[in-house]
Amino acid sequence: MTDVRQPAEDIHDQFAEHVDITVEDIADRLDTLVNQYQVPIDEARRSLVNNYRDQAGIDRDSPSGTNEQRDIVTIDAPDEWVDLTAKVVDLWEPRSDSIGQVGLLGDETGTIKFTAWAKSDLPALEEEAVYQLGNVVTDEYQGRYSVKLNRTTTIEELDQEIEVGDNTVECDGALVDIQNGSGLIKRCPEEDCTRVLQNGRCSEHGEGEGEFDLRVKGVLDDGHKVHEVIFNQEMTEQLAEISLEEAKEMAMDALDTTVVADTIRDMTLGYYYQVEGPVLGRYVLVETFEQRSERGDAEAALIRARSI
Amino acid sequence: MSANAPSGREIARRVFAREFNDATYAFKESEDELAPNYTLLPTGERANRVFFVGTITETEDVGSDSEYWQGRVVDPTGPFYVYAGQYQPEAANTLRDIEPPAYVAVVGKPRTYETDEGGMNVAIRPESITIVDRATRDHWVVETAERTIDRLEAFDPDMNEYARMANAEYELSIDTYRQETIAALESLQENDETAEAADL
Repeated sequence: MTDVRQPAEDIHDQFAEHVDITVEDIADRLDTLVNQYQVPIDEARRSLVNNYRDQAGIDRDSPSGTNEQRDIVTIDAPDEWVDLTAKVVDLWEPRSDSIGQVGLLGDETGTIKFTAWAKSDLPALEEEAVYQLGNVVTDEYQGRYSVKLNRTTTIEELDQEIEVGDNTVECDGALVDIQNGSGLIKRCPEEDCTRVLQNGRCSEHGEGEGEFDLRVKGVLDDGHKVHEVIFNQEMTEQLAEISLEEAKEMAMDALDTTVVADTIRDMTLGYYYQVEGPVLGRYVLVETFEQRSERGDAEAALIRARSI
Repeated sequence: MSANAPSGREIARRVFAREFNDATYAFKESEDELAPNYTLLPTGERANRVFFVGTITETEDVGSDSEYWQGRVVDPTGPFYVYAGQYQPEAANTLRDIEPPAYVAVVGKPRTYETDEGGMNVAIRPESITIVDRATRDHWVVETAERTIDRLEAFDPDMNEYARMANAEYELSIDTYRQETIAALESLQENDETAEAADL
């Protein structure tokens, strides 16, 4: 049986000021949904929250009470209402009329994409300015988190400076895969376009000469977790001990660019690496790395094994 | 307990040959035709992919019509059998060209099959086989010991569904794998002592 006490208390705390309910009422209703009708607990909670919101006359889009003030790096779930103190690091061109503003927010702990809907009719954020943002909603797409500003969002410009952090993480493991799109690639030469050409075509600018680049999209696996990592040209040159010029010559001699990726595979697959760099989407962009040749502590492992 | 990447990629489990070769029970977790296949490790974990490093000691073309390469890769507890044919061209090339003995790292998928005598065997269908060095092999032995100990410590049939499944499917006591792990770690230390003695 699922224990509904804690979720019931959470819901009670959220609505106690607005609706005359007891924790027991909520727990009973949750219990009926979860244990009698097999509704998953999250679904049951959602259903009750919506119901109490209607009773309380609270707008569905803005929950009551105050949100948690959060550091950007801690945002790791969708559909949470949070407050942020953040600097506008970058503003991008909206790709749709429904988007008012889109860009990157940053605080000391990292950066996150934000979107403000056009229909929310919010004051425009200025690049480089620092704001206290109240009532933004977290969102997730393919493992990447973002925040959405909505019409209930409060925006207050602050007179302070923020040193924006870069979401740097450290991870290690065996390099168990080098994915397609690794090795010697060509990028679109158009200004501000760095798309990788597929069969000599850029998906935005069509056929083009392209500029050579070197990279590795790899998978580090430590037996507990899988990390996807990208080595840029400089890092790839160090990783595989091959320069871009050598790679070009190699491909020219073989009349085939795949020979470069094959060589990199032979040099690196199966070795252990520790890498460090900022997270971008699902990838860690490697800024520094080292091959791990020191093995773990065999003595400590022996002591553990003997004491089971 | 452990998480796949956002892309859903399966983790490569660390398991010694002895335990791997005992992992004869395979299963799926959904009826879907495309659902991943898992091999049940006797220490109570599912494995769709494994990573191991060992010494390749023999290779042989065992195919009849077309090339089908068998490789024997040995760790401190026993041999892994690796098979690569026309659908694993890179791995088959490596097995054809390699000169044993050599240290190799293998990433691959467990496959169980029935032998002519009616028993079950477990082998690896490799995604990659690459030559590595001694330090990487020793690193793997300690890491695999640690991961095996993690599984042994978490082996509780009341809490862990794969431990429950292992209890139902396998007869051997899991203490076998604890003993093998201890022996593997001790073999590293003995090698260190031999190396030190040689240096003197």
